[in-house]
Amino acid sequence: MLTGKPLPRREDIRLLQGLGQYVDDIHLDGMLHAAVFRSAWAHARVNTIDVSEANALPGVVAVYTGQDLADVLSPIRPRIAALPHFEDFLQCPLAIDTIRYVGEPLAIVIAESPYIAEDALNLIDIDVEELQPVLNWDQAAANSTLIHPTAGTNISTVEVGRGDCETAFASAAYTRLERFSIQRHTAMPMETRGLVAQWDEAKQVMTVSGATKIPFFNRGLLASMLALPLEAIVMKVGDVGGSYGVRGEFYPEDFLVPFAARKLNRPVKWVEDRREHFMATNHSREMYCDLEIACSAEGIITGLRGRVTFDIGAYARGTGGTPPTRAAQFLPGPYRIPNFECSVNAYVSNKTPSGTYRGPGRFEANFFRERLIDIAAREMNIDPAEMREMNLISASEMPFNMDKLVSYEEPESYDSGDFVAVFEKTLSDIGWDEKKHIQGTQIDGWYHGIGFAPFVESSAGGPREFARIRLAENGIVELYSGSASSGQGHETVFAQVLSDALDVEYDQIKVICSSTDQLVDSMGTYHSRSAVMAGNATLVTARKFKLELEGLAREYFNLPNADLEWRNGSFANTDTQAVVSLDALAEFAQKLERSVDVTDVFTYDGMKPFSYGCHAAHVAVDPRTGRVRIVDFIAYEDIGRVLNPLIVHGQSLGAIVQGLGGVFMEELHYNDDGQLLTASFADYLVPTATDFPCIRSKFVEVGIAPGNELGAKGGGEGGIVAAAAAVGNAVSAALSSLNVQVTDLPLSPPKVWKMIQSAQA
Amino acid sequence: MSEVEITCVVNGVTVTKSVEPRMSLADFLRHTLHLTGTHVGCEHGVCGACTVMVEGKAVRGCLMFAVQANGKSIGTVEGLAENGELSPLQAAFQRNHALQCGFCTPGILNTAHAFLTSEPNPTAEQIREVISGNICRCTGYEGIIDAILEASSHYWEKSSNADR
Repeated sequence: MLTGKPLPRREDIRLLQGLGQYVDDIHLDGMLHAAVFRSAWAHARVNTIDVSEANALPGVVAVYTGQDLADVLSPIRPRIAALPHFEDFLQCPLAIDTIRYVGEPLAIVIAESPYIAEDALNLIDIDVEELQPVLNWDQAAANSTLIHPTAGTNISTVEVGRGDCETAFASAAYTRLERFSIQRHTAMPMETRGLVAQWDEAKQVMTVSGATKIPFFNRGLLASMLALPLEAIVMKVGDVGGSYGVRGEFYPEDFLVPFAARKLNRPVKWVEDRREHFMATNHSREMYCDLEIACSAEGIITGLRGRVTFDIGAYARGTGGTPPTRAAQFLPGPYRIPNFECSVNAYVSNKTPSGTYRGPGRFEANFFRERLIDIAAREMNIDPAEMREMNLISASEMPFNMDKLVSYEEPESYDSGDFVAVFEKTLSDIGWDEKKHIQGTQIDGWYHGIGFAPFVESSAGGPREFARIRLAENGIVELYSGSASSGQGHETVFAQVLSDALDVEYDQIKVICSSTDQLVDSMGTYHSRSAVMAGNATLVTARKFKLELEGLAREYFNLPNADLEWRNGSFANTDTQAVVSLDALAEFAQKLERSVDVTDVFTYDGMKPFSYGCHAAHVAVDPRTGRVRIVDFIAYEDIGRVLNPLIVHGQSLGAIVQGLGGVFMEELHYNDDGQLLTASFADYLVPTATDFPCIRSKFVEVGIAPGNELGAKGGGEGGIVAAAAAVGNAVSAALSSLNVQVTDLPLSPPKVWKMIQSAQA
Repeated sequence: MSEVEITCVVNGVTVTKSVEPRMSLADFLRHTLHLTGTHVGCEHGVCGACTVMVEGKAVRGCLMFAVQANGKSIGTVEGLAENGELSPLQAAFQRNHALQCGFCTPGILNTAHAFLTSEPNPTAEQIREVISGNICRCTGYEGIIDAILEASSHYWEKSSNADR
């Protein structure tokens, strides 16, 4: 049994030798290079764009502005979670007359080299009339400046809930309202986005390299935007340098680069530079929340109500509606909370469009809720651990109906698990009982605090996934999965699963993260879905494959009714003991000019798998500087059956550190004119090796998912989702004697120092 | 733009090429020599993905012009494996799950290799300090530190053998 073993990754062999193939590694004969001319204004009307000088630069092949392409440009439609008015908030690949954020594409230059293309950007002359920018909720809600006048509003709202909050709050012994906020930050993968597009005029086929996350969806979108049939487009998947949600969605360049390649009938490459990435690739996380809790005198939470507002930036991109929607869905978290109401608000602003970033909405919701519970516990003089234990959903209440909390989905239930047990394990691991007494005390000048935050989160998004298995030469079994990897180790994990399913040697299996011409369809890689969806698709397809193999083996023996047995990688005739190996079957199939090549689909019709767990942090705060040191951090998680502990552990540790980056360091900062002030790694700090050396991650396999054969739940996001919640509670606990309550992120030294100062004042 | 001829030794092989004076060393390695293992993550010297070895020292390939490499010896990730086998450092990275997407990995390997060559008996803290000049967005760094620490014994053995 290989599933469940910590096998080192097979993809590492090529990546460690520099033999991976990322999109910028592709060189094609006659290839041209694109550079995008971007807006330097947040909100403006375009008077003229003069590209004559740029066009005249030797080596420049073409320059296209929004005006030039007005007839062929169409808005990019959202992929999921479209909220009201989103149809009026859509982005065209090039702005035509109105500029809505700094970094918005206004023109594209195509040249013989990337250096020349960038030179030409400096020769473009633009004249604009500046408009009042809308930069926050208050300005947006005033609706006096409309970013998209046809919408008639800057705001999109839906209401969700369960039970009866009005009664719960009216009869509560204790209620408390607080406002929380999280700063704009984002995923920041190490490889920036890039594309290579090639048009085959003879075959009328467009090949686009650089696809990831959702190649099949993007193929459809590109086909409709280029007015080409679906079969005329091939999205090629290669190695990808990180996604975490932002990479692979359909961006303006995903139309512009293929468009230029077709128009010029030459291959075109575009690779985003880091400065562009900061202003062009999705932002995330900028969310406010007014949250009110109602409790009985004993601390039973009877109601929770609030309003989340998410800044989606200038346009509704592919996943713009997801963060506020998921925040509302996960505000009640792992607790019973019978009565819940939430107003879900997305507003447009003159900033870079936003979308999903690892743990979208969960990172935020857990912070808001867990902070409020700690505040309530403190004010009611209840132990924060006890208050949580009395409200956590118990194992005997599973499955637990969470009701319909997502406007565009059916009601859902938490499927399985023991929230209380994992919570208790986390407390014991961080040493809560032994360390409780140092809460808020000063040791060597540093205030110490311990905070914890249980959470629950969904996974296995998208109802179906395909897999294809083919018997290749020399008896190699090829698995084609549409769930593209951006570093998650799919080639290893899926090979483990398939090796067990077929009882075939691991080394005989090859996993191919498929381009769109290698598989019928796929929903992609997001919402912690790959292990569950592609994993189970592998199982389903493996069974079908084995049946086909068996049929072929009967033909091989020329015994249509023989009893065959699978033994050591071969079919054996139980009567004669004759055997035929996969190798021989492959040769036999070739002779017959046949192939063993099967495709099947896994449809998730059981209860969706919800991962859950708890984070705990022990911090020390220096009141003189506001610096917070992580003394210990543990993420405890139950993701059902763990398919590869080495990979899952790595996912979790990486996610924790990403989360801590968002808690302490990362902020996309705009000034009052809507200028992005953080556009390099010198201004936007991400964690380095010295920042968070004391982090730990553990898994338990309690809640084996009942809804799928593998028993797996998603594991890619649990490490990030409660990081802010646990740290926010720990810092507040540390500074409790100074009356500091953390309500806003990031907890950068100046901000923590200011919180201490203003609490003293 | 007029070009300049340069000669350098890359992974032990002497190459002579004509380059624009403004071409970065990273672009030269990637797009002129097609050694695409050197990755470019930020182009302003912060992320460290493009780190290569110049005369045995770890250098940012995006902050150096190709013409400055004239007459110099350069080592890239493609030169680390020994006879087609992963080097002890590379193998330790695989064992310790020290990479996920692999984009920052070549720069980290070169940084670590240059460091361990001069300091084959480091502490975990020293390794953290040295690697803090390279950004990895996937791993949280734990596996990387473990891998470098584990591989250091090979460098120690090599250096002690050399001393004898």
